[in-house]
Amino acid sequence: MELSIRNVRKDFGATPALHEVSLDIRSGELIALLGPSGSGKTTLLRLIAGLEAPSAGTVFFGEDDASRRSVQERQVGFVFQHYALFRHMTVLENIGFGLSVRPRAQRPARAEIRRRAEELLDLVQLSGLGQRYPAQLSGGQRQRVALARALAIEPRVLLLDEPFGALDAQVRKDLRRWLREIHDRTGHTTVFVTHDQEEALELADRVVVMSQGRIEQVGTPDEVYDRPAVPFVHRFIGESSQVPVRIADGQLWLDDRALGLPASGSGEAVLFFRPHQVEVLSGCGGCLAGTVTGSRRLAGTRRLELELGGGRHRVEIDVPIEHPAATRSQISFRPRTWRVYPAAGDGSAATAATPAPEPEQTAIAPLALYSIR
Amino acid sequence: MADVAPFPRRLTRASATSESPLARALLIALALAFLSVVLLLPLLAVFSEALRNGVAAWAAALIEPDALAAVRLTLIVAAFAVPLNLVFGVVAAWAIGKFEFKGKAFLITLIDLPFSVSPVISGLVYVLLFGSGSLLGPFLKSHGIEVLFAVPGIVLATVFVTFPFVARELIPLMQEQGTADEEAALSLGASGWQTFWHVTLPNIRWGLLYGVLLCNARAMGEFGAVSVVSGHIRGLTNTMPLHIEILYNEYNFAAAFAVASLLAALALVTLVLKTAIELRYAGQMAAVRGH
Amino acid sequence: MTAVASSGWRFRQPSVLPGFGLTLGYTVAYLTLIILIPLAGLAWRSAGLGLDEFLRIAGDPRTLGALRVSFGAAFVAALVNLVFGLVVAWVLVRYRFPGRRIIDAVVDLPFALPTAVAGIALTAIYAPNGPLGSWFAGHGIRIAYAFPGIVIALVFIGLPFVVRTVQPVMEDLDREVEEAAATLGAGRFATVFRVLLPALMPASLTGFALAFARGVGEYGSVIFIAGNIPFVTEIAPLLIVIRLEEFNYSAATAIGALMLMISFAMLLVINLIQAWSRRRYSNG
Repeated sequence: MELSIRNVRKDFGATPALHEVSLDIRSGELIALLGPSGSGKTTLLRLIAGLEAPSAGTVFFGEDDASRRSVQERQVGFVFQHYALFRHMTVLENIGFGLSVRPRAQRPARAEIRRRAEELLDLVQLSGLGQRYPAQLSGGQRQRVALARALAIEPRVLLLDEPFGALDAQVRKDLRRWLREIHDRTGHTTVFVTHDQEEALELADRVVVMSQGRIEQVGTPDEVYDRPAVPFVHRFIGESSQVPVRIADGQLWLDDRALGLPASGSGEAVLFFRPHQVEVLSGCGGCLAGTVTGSRRLAGTRRLELELGGGRHRVEIDVPIEHPAATRSQISFRPRTWRVYPAAGDGSAATAATPAPEPEQTAIAPLALYSIR
Repeated sequence: MADVAPFPRRLTRASATSESPLARALLIALALAFLSVVLLLPLLAVFSEALRNGVAAWAAALIEPDALAAVRLTLIVAAFAVPLNLVFGVVAAWAIGKFEFKGKAFLITLIDLPFSVSPVISGLVYVLLFGSGSLLGPFLKSHGIEVLFAVPGIVLATVFVTFPFVARELIPLMQEQGTADEEAALSLGASGWQTFWHVTLPNIRWGLLYGVLLCNARAMGEFGAVSVVSGHIRGLTNTMPLHIEILYNEYNFAAAFAVASLLAALALVTLVLKTAIELRYAGQMAAVRGH
Repeated sequence: MTAVASSGWRFRQPSVLPGFGLTLGYTVAYLTLIILIPLAGLAWRSAGLGLDEFLRIAGDPRTLGALRVSFGAAFVAALVNLVFGLVVAWVLVRYRFPGRRIIDAVVDLPFALPTAVAGIALTAIYAPNGPLGSWFAGHGIRIAYAFPGIVIALVFIGLPFVVRTVQPVMEDLDREVEEAAATLGAGRFATVFRVLLPALMPASLTGFALAFARGVGEYGSVIFIAGNIPFVTEIAPLLIVIRLEEFNYSAATAIGALMLMISFAMLLVINLIQAWSRRRYSNG
């Protein structure tokens, strides 16, 4: 079942929660809605489910205009962050609930409901726990039951709202892998909401990055990580350092110093790079140079905090553990991979700004992506 | 759910989890009608019956000597019962709320006991304890102490009936507040008494007031238990509720309702104060809802 | 009273707070003096009657009649309160309408209004010449001085027990559970009857039991409206009072002990319901 969300807007009173959002989801896709709190991702999910009515716009399930249907008629499997299991029902009764409330004509026989519930219990690897009550299960087990319950109604789409948000880190990792397996086996079109970028990148076919009620970028995990469309996405996904720069004479400048990084166009801009994607240089004409103000150990590398341009800018870079960077010492480096965005604000409005795009640039990227390698 | 804008969710949820406007209106109408007939109508009846023969008759019924004596006795009884149970409530809540010990749940059940005993039985037990057939009664009587059919018996029965009120409000409150504040005060060098006075008491004062209000309302209004032990001696051992009964049984309805209107007014004041406390100190009072 | 020194069992966990021995000692002493000794006196006196005498009084037709009236009326009233209490609590918790705060406060009126006052007020309303009583009388229905009058008095007394027990549980109901039911295709009706009411069941039962227990023992509000005809509208607490006035202490003791036993049994039931629902539903 493909989904099409067209110009959907949602206001809560005078507060807009979603501004004119459009999104197409392919059949069988596993999509992550990723964003900080307040970005509108949960609202979008609830609009798809019909738990919330849009202020404007339509939601299509295939050819079917779902906005005309109530939540009960939409046949969506919804999994809540806090499981929302019926605590007075056993696990099997929970899973069979959706079938048992169908109108009499479409309702399977009692034995058939039970058989299907048992089947789903096997699918979520909880065989034998059917007679337990939710209170007798662990958090991870409860979320599996919640998923089985959602799958029982043969949903047209599967929607998950922060499904692993209430779980311990280790359980979260296990369930993540397991959800991917279930998805690959059942092939449901699946949309899940998360604020955890690691979860989104690991699990999803495509990631929808949202901020302040808008979609900032839609793309594969590689696309959103390697080619962030806007500064927000660059900052939100992965780690970034940023420096305000100027484009002139086909390259980037920090104050009066050329950075040795080619660029097209002209004017004020912001340079973004990832701390681990830099190379340290021994002296340079045409590089970034800064004073080390702090250093800390990060797993396999050493993270340095640098002051650039006489203390006006702060960036972070990663160097090998054995690098002898002492505080107040000077260090020169150049990003191996970087992105430049126009300086006019750093919101999504900047996407249309100068300088002129280069030919090799992809449609998503507002400015060129350069790689020295 | 952090994404949802800062609006109360119940306003924003449309149809999915609420009733249709019609069903909603019907339910509200049903609830209001039921409460009006069952609760408000009797309250209204008290005041309208009290003023049936005019304000002068109402006032006359109140300043009549037996009525005044009943008011006086009611105040005396409350003046004993409320402080006794107030002290007990605070002491019991300290022991139960601030310490962990075996048998705590059982102790709480025992404290709740008077809630589930018929008021008449609450009176009966003191009749048996101090009556002519008992060991204690004749002994006390020979020493000139009258308990039954006298003020001490009425006070005892009232104390029994209102026993759990303050404790019941304070125990959950103190349990919820824990011991961190007190431990901090002690570590800063405060004595146990100073800690209680400056740290614990301010934390529980609204719950305490709430319990005292309910305790006082019940103490002044208690009928069954007091009726059994009082002996109904006019002007001597009649509290206001008992006086109401006597007037009512003499078909002096206007006077009965006049005295009743005083108690009804007390009930209204109690409810207003209780609501005011709840509204202002909603956070502190979260632990104590109803009974 | 400090902790028992033995290694395994200890009476209380150590604490730096002072005053445990003093406060617990006072609590137990006061409780014993005011509540336990008098109740024990009742138990002792009824035991002194001997089993035969006890059974003779308990089996007396008038006693049985009074118990039947008390329990019957309390049961009917608790049922009425269960239904309407759920409606009132639902309206107070879920809907916002002008006057809601006042209505919420008014629910506690029966806790604050003396029972005798409620009794004479209800009698004035439902007596054959009263505002509602005359209407019913016109339709051949007798309320005051008949069984329905007792039920009405007990509905008044018991309502807050149901509302105040159910209300906090209703407030804590997870909205997501209702949404889950909706996404699974359940209509509002199915959601209410298959998801919400079962979740409220333990609280409803507790509220019902509290209202019932209170109704069985209620005296002040009932005696004015009941008519007090033996075998028909005479309640058990009134029979105790009558026996006392006849100086028939044995009979009063036996009936009192019987009622007390029933109250304790109900207290036990309430505690069992709560323990059961805690065990099954907690952290769920």
